This record gives sequence, C-alpha cells and structure tokens, in this order.
Amino acid sequence: MKIDFIVNGKKVELDTNPTRRLLDVLREDLGLLGIKEGCGEGECGACAVLLDDKLVHSCLVPLANARGKEILTIEGLKNTEAYRIIQDAFLDAGSVQCGFCTPGFVMSTYALLKNNPDPKEEDIKKAISGNLCRCTGYQMIIDAIKLAAKRGEKLWKA
Amino acid sequence: MGNREFKVVGKSVKKIDALSLAIGEAKYTADINLPNMLHIAFLYSPYPHAEIVEIDTKEAEKTPGVVLVLTYKDVPNTLHTTAGQGYPEPSPYDTRILDKRVRYVGDRVAIIAAETKEIAEEAKKKIKVKYRELPYNIDPEKAKESERIPPEGAYHLLPTIYEPEKNIAAGITLSVGDVEKGFSESDKVFEDRFEIHYANHAALEPHAALAFYDERGRLNIVSTTQVPFHARRITSRVLGIPVKDIRVIKPRIGGGFGGKQEVFLEQVVGLVTYKTKRPSKVVLSRKEVFISTRTRHPMITWYKAGVKKDTKEIHALRLKALMNAGAYGPHALTVMANAGSKVLPLFNKIKHLQFEGFSVYTNLPVGGAYRGYGATQGYFGFNVMLDMIAEELGIDVLEFFKKGHIKKGETSPIFEKLGEGKEGVSQIIRSCALSECIEKGSKAIKWHEKRRKKIRKGDKVRGVGAAILMQGSGIPKIDMGAAYMKMNEDGSFNLHIGATDLGTGSDTILAQIAAEEIGTSIDKIIVYSSDTDFTPFDVGAYASSTTYISGGAVLKCARKIKEEILKVAANMLNVPQDALFIEDGTVYTKDRTQRVTFSDIALYSLYSKDQHQIQSVASNIGLESPPPFMAQFAEVEVDIKTGRIDVVKFVSAVDCGQPINPALVEGQVEGATVNGIGYALWEEYVFDKKGRMLNPSFWDYKVPSIMDIPEMEVIICKTYEPTGPHGAKSVAEIGINGPVPAISNAVYDAIGVRLKKSPFTPERVLNAIKEQGLKL
Repeated sequence: MKIDFIVNGKKVELDTNPTRRLLDVLREDLGLLGIKEGCGEGECGACAVLLDDKLVHSCLVPLANARGKEILTIEGLKNTEAYRIIQDAFLDAGSVQCGFCTPGFVMSTYALLKNNPDPKEEDIKKAISGNLCRCTGYQMIIDAIKLAAKRGEKLWKA
Repeated sequence: MGNREFKVVGKSVKKIDALSLAIGEAKYTADINLPNMLHIAFLYSPYPHAEIVEIDTKEAEKTPGVVLVLTYKDVPNTLHTTAGQGYPEPSPYDTRILDKRVRYVGDRVAIIAAETKEIAEEAKKKIKVKYRELPYNIDPEKAKESERIPPEGAYHLLPTIYEPEKNIAAGITLSVGDVEKGFSESDKVFEDRFEIHYANHAALEPHAALAFYDERGRLNIVSTTQVPFHARRITSRVLGIPVKDIRVIKPRIGGGFGGKQEVFLEQVVGLVTYKTKRPSKVVLSRKEVFISTRTRHPMITWYKAGVKKDTKEIHALRLKALMNAGAYGPHALTVMANAGSKVLPLFNKIKHLQFEGFSVYTNLPVGGAYRGYGATQGYFGFNVMLDMIAEELGIDVLEFFKKGHIKKGETSPIFEKLGEGKEGVSQIIRSCALSECIEKGSKAIKWHEKRRKKIRKGDKVRGVGAAILMQGSGIPKIDMGAAYMKMNEDGSFNLHIGATDLGTGSDTILAQIAAEEIGTSIDKIIVYSSDTDFTPFDVGAYASSTTYISGGAVLKCARKIKEEILKVAANMLNVPQDALFIEDGTVYTKDRTQRVTFSDIALYSLYSKDQHQIQSVASNIGLESPPPFMAQFAEVEVDIKTGRIDVVKFVSAVDCGQPINPALVEGQVEGATVNGIGYALWEEYVFDKKGRMLNPSFWDYKVPSIMDIPEMEVIICKTYEPTGPHGAKSVAEIGINGPVPAISNAVYDAIGVRLKKSPFTPERVLNAIKEQGLKL
C-alpha cells in the first residue's frame, strides 16, 4: 500500500505494509538511525519523534497513522539553531553518558521548549517523564534543559 | 604529589564522543546494516527444566525467507562459560550454545536465521518441540537436594569447590582467628538473615551482535561487549575458529553495567555467518534481555557478630552467604567471593572472622556480573547489622563507622586470604577519606538534626539512615590493560587502547591522562579503542578497572612517548635532554631561550633526520586494588498506612582518589545511586511457581524515571592514590551498593521496623510493620 508523509521537510512516498511500526520504517527504509529502540513498548522514549508537532514514541505508531503528516526526527532537527542550543546545553551539563537515550531526550526537550519557553522544574520533569536514562541519574539532564531554556530564551519565545 | 597542579586532569572536559552521541550519528551495533545480511531469532524454553525429546524444524525451514535453523544437533557442543573473564575463567564450564536439556524458562532451544527479523520470528513458531518435563527447583535453600541441573561433564578450570551433582556451583570458606572463641568471649551476639533479590541491568541499548566475513575471509564480529578480547577468545574456542581469524569490534555501546561482560551472542552470529557465509545480526528485544540474558545474583546472607561492651567494638564476625547462580554458573564463584572480599576488610579491626559462601544452581534466570558485583549483596546485611549494633551500644552509628573502618596505612588479612575465587593480594591502604566522607555527607543530609527525630505528618514519618562502602580498582595481579601511542606531524597523537568505553567516558578520561602526562591538550589526542585487530590487549571494562588499570597503561605509554619527544627535541636543539621541559605542546629549554613545537618535532622525526615514528607502547597490571570509599545517606518518608517509601534526599560522599574528570565522577555516582534506589524500592523479577518471569517489560519492571528520583547530592572527598594514574582510583560501581542498606536503616530510624528482605515494596513494608510493630 502506498503511503505518503513528510519526513524532516522532505516528501516521502513508500509502498509498504501500513501496520509496520513508524520506528522500523524510519530506521530501516529511510536510514534514520538516530532514532533508537530501547524497549519497543513506549516506555523508554529512545525512539521519540515529532508527529505533526506532537511528541510520540515511534515504536507505538503504525505507519498508517503517519499518512499525510509531518515527522521531525533528530536528523531533521540537527541543522537548526534550536538543536544547537539544546545540544550545547546537554554537552555542557555533562548529561550525555552512553548516549543511547540522548536523541530521545533532545526531542522531548525541543517539544517542551517550543511550547513552554520558561519551564519550571516540574514542567521539565513532566516533559521528560517518558524518557528513561540508566546512566546519568537525570540530574544532569534537568540541568541541561534549564540551561537550554535560558540560553535560547529569545528563540523559544519567538 | 598530593597537591600537584594539573592542567587537564581534574577538569570536567566534555566527553570526546558526546557530540556524535547527541546528534544520533554515533553507530551502535544495531545501527549497522550490511548487504545480504541475515537476521536471527531465538526459540526459548517455556519450561524450567526439561529434556527435548523431539524437535522438528521442517515447517520452519520451509518458510520463505528462512535460511538456517539450528538446534542442539547442529551446533558445536563445547562446554564453556559465557562469563567474559580472564583465562582461566573462574566460572564453571557448564554451558553449550544449545543443549538437549533446557534449564530455565528462557533457555535457548533453537536459532533461526532469515532474510528479515519478522520472518525469523514467524518461523520460530513453526518449530515443533516435544519436551519431557523434569523435576525443577527455584529455591536456593533446597538446591543441594534437588534434581541435578548442570550437564554431565560440567567442570571448573580452577581447583575450587565445584559439585555439580549437588548443584553447588562454587564454595569458599575461610577463617581469621577463631570465630567461635570470639563469640564466646563477646558480651552480646547479634544474628540475622538478609535476603537480596534478582534484578536486571536494564541498559537502554539491548544486547546485539553482528558478524561478517571481510575480504580476507576473516570473521569480523561487532558486538555490544564490555570485553572484546575475552569475546574473541571464547568465540574462538567454542566455534573452533583460530583467534587469528577473528576480529571483535565494540562500537558505541548503550550502557553495560556488567550485563555485557558476557559472551552469548558472539558465538551465535559467528556460527550463522560461518555456516551461511552471509553477514548476520541479532538484536534482542527488551523481553529477551529480561528473560534470557544475565541478572544480579540474588543472595541470602546470615550475619553473626559478637560485640564487647567495654571496647564497644565488634570482636567476632561471621558471614555466611548463599548465592543463587540460576541455571548456569557465570561469575558464580567470584560474585559470591566478593560479598566477603569487598565487605569484610572495611571493618579491619575485627579479630575473629569467618566467611562461608556457596553458590548454587536453580532453574531460574542466570546471574552474572552486575555493577557492585557481590559487594551490593554483602553490604546490605553488613550495614544494617552495624546500625543494629550501634543502637544496642547506645552510640551514633556514624561514630561507630568512623572508629571501625579501615584507615590509611592499615591493612586487613582478608585482602590476602580472599581474592577473585582464589587467594587475594595483600595490600596496605594508601589513601582513604572515608571519615571525611561520613562527616561531609552527614552535614549534607542534616544527620544530627534529623536522626532519631521521627518527624511525623499525618501517616508519613521521616527518618535518615546511612551506609559505608568500599570497592576495588581492578583485579590485582590478574587484570591487564595496554596502550599504544604514535605522534603525527601536526603534533597530535593517536592513542589506541583495548579498554572499553561503555558510555562511562573512559575514552575521554584516558585521553585526559595522556594529555596531562605529555603536556598537551586533550583535543590533540585521537582515541581509538576496543578493536582486537587494531588496539592492544585489555581485559575490558569490569571490576572498576578502566581508570586504574588501563589508565595506568596510558600513563606509562605517555611517559615513554614524552621521553622520545624530548630526545628528538634535544637533538634538534643540540642541548642535553635534561635541559628541556614541555609546556602546552611545546618543548622549551629551561631558560626559555629556545623552543620547538610538537609539530616541529614530529615533522623532523618523520622527514628530516634519523627518520622514525615517535611511538610507544605499554602494559599495566594492578599490583594492588586500592578501594574507593563512600558514605551514603538516605532521608526517607514512610507512609505507615500504605507502606510506601519515598526517598526525599540522597547524599553520596565519595573518595575516588584524584578525580580525573569530576563531571564524569558525578555522573557515575549519580547513575549508580539511582540504579541502587530503583533496586532497593521497585526493581524486581516476579516469578510464577515454575520460575517464569511475569514482568519482562519496562511497564512492569520499574526502572526509575525522572519522576521517581529524590534530591541528590554528590560530594567528592579528594585523596591522592600513589599507585593510581595521576592519583586516581575507581568510581564506577561503588555507588550502587549503599541505597539498599541506607534506605533500610532510614526506615528503621523513621518507624522502628527493620527491613531485611529487598526490594522494599509497600507490601513488604506493611508485612514488616505487622510482624515487628511500629515504634514511633
């Protein structure tokens, strides 16, 4: 079955099984390997992408649900100013250890700051409550998001 | 030396791989796809103990897209251990790639390779297996009398207690003094039983491996391994392929924590690729990680302590440990031994000591290495017992800790008596700031304001508790790491190390150690690690060894190349070598009248005169294993109606020698602490009566999320370890050992109820309240 959608600003048309997980299509068919599979059950957030500006776990989304929609992955985000700010904050706060969960956390951070430029600690916690990290203990990730909020103040409020 | 000024060491430089990890460009094993690659699935046993009477793979093989189906009849039947340890491994050879007998729910029955993962998964449902169920046992205390679990012929390479017919996977007894006499001389004897449970490492990246033949016909294996060199050796032996024909590469890896110190996928992809001559890959699902990989060994410990009232000291101590190895015995000896060797030396003034440990087989998931490695299990009862004794003696437990713990310049007979499954190595403690850790940590948790106060709001009561700990830094006289460096014409250096960065940042700190020693900046060090073809040997990342052992190798290597640089510079400047010094990548004469840059030196050595490659290589073994020390403090709030425990604040004060990279030290301690808190409160394997795990998913096995973590504080109490690279000791494991006892002690402080069986779920807390009664 033919399914078309937009990935990172580019139109894509695929002839494939619409029940496949969006995660598999992005990784296998489109080679977007920044998206990781940590659990395949929507608990860890390593596969987070934006679907029409909404943060979703791509392992839980059947491809059919993406039809006609716009998908943003870490690969699409990475050339933007917003990404640079988030990335630098993550690096400066030392919040990257093994890095497997990091792209997912970056997507969640972006989704948060885009809608809430001045998040309180509780907002930050809520925003990343769908992402698991086994290495850091989270403190450094919260620090990173606070830093990104502050450094990108103008951008997030624009 | 202790006050040495550092330029690169001691700075929180950014991880050298952080950028590529954040962008998602760094490659993990599962990200590698090769043309014509096969995908592998496993069929697992639904029974805890059974014999395969018949196995029919015809239908599965007929499925379009299926290329290979392997059962026990088709694979090499070499007995081996999957424990990725040095040779000879101190673990029994009791495992086959596939066996006619299955020994736990989750044991492998068949291997299916197909064009896609979906086809392989579908095809495995078509394999028809007829099992004959066998008597099974999931209770470690009944193991010795139960049906034999390990295969006939299972054996141990080391001269140790190994009695497979009685399901004894390992045993150790040792004595210092006369413990019975010690008890009889004591005024009060304490005795208690503690039980600590199964857990999963839950690294975010599931285990994966990939194999392919290169253009020279050599088998290349890419794997999520902590131990590439052990993986090569074990795969070679199991498959009968010479070491020279195998290359193992570890790309980026998404956390290990001991779970990837195990070799059980490399031989499978190796075998499939060997048989099909096609690349093959296996990526486990989260469920498979839970049921079929490795776990924290559960352990029952019995502590008995005799105390003298006049000295207020422990006079005699006995630790009996019964470890549940699960269905196979990787690390069965050494994890159990560590419950003694990493715990007992901490209170080194006890005159009479006895340790008796056994590991037994049961029909349950297989234990393995897990951050803390036996110390986690041993320290639970130890710290709770110390808390009980201090209370009985009427002294603050922190004073009891401070008086009893081992100090700089002291030793313990245990160091020599108990090592990695054999005798240990005697050592004197050369750095220890544990008393300072206790002091500073207690201030941060506000110990004296909160202890014994039982502050209550409605049904919620608060308390504080503490635990003290030590670990080691590598396995002395066993672990070896090596490093190679060469200089490039722009004054940069390639640093090749066998050491394995699991996300810990070891590539970064090893580069810091090299840059500091040579006198250059970290951006001039190009690190390449963990490739059996292109890096020198290293035992791998385990036993808190990388900073100390591999870091020691890098330091020696850097010293050698520095000498070589100075030698060439001396020739260039026509001055004696000792008239020179290095600063920021430039060699100066001591009067600063002449100088040559590293780039000048490298260009000269490569192109001008006496042309040669400026390079060096060095190996390092640890002659000692200096322990890092830690004091951990928990403040909890216990709901006496529901039994729920909330950790309000958690403080970890650590002495890891000179921190090479303080941010990474904090990251290690925080990560280990959160893992330990999750283990203490929620993370648990729930089994049915046949030993089937009922909660193999992140929905039901609760790894802490951001919503679960308390306010945390990490305090670094710096020392200088004279045997460590730039004064460093290890730090990776120790932080996971304290949360279980510290939380148990804090709950006692709050409500007067002792928790002796983990995890401390609301149900267990309520049961304990019911049994012991609240003391508010």
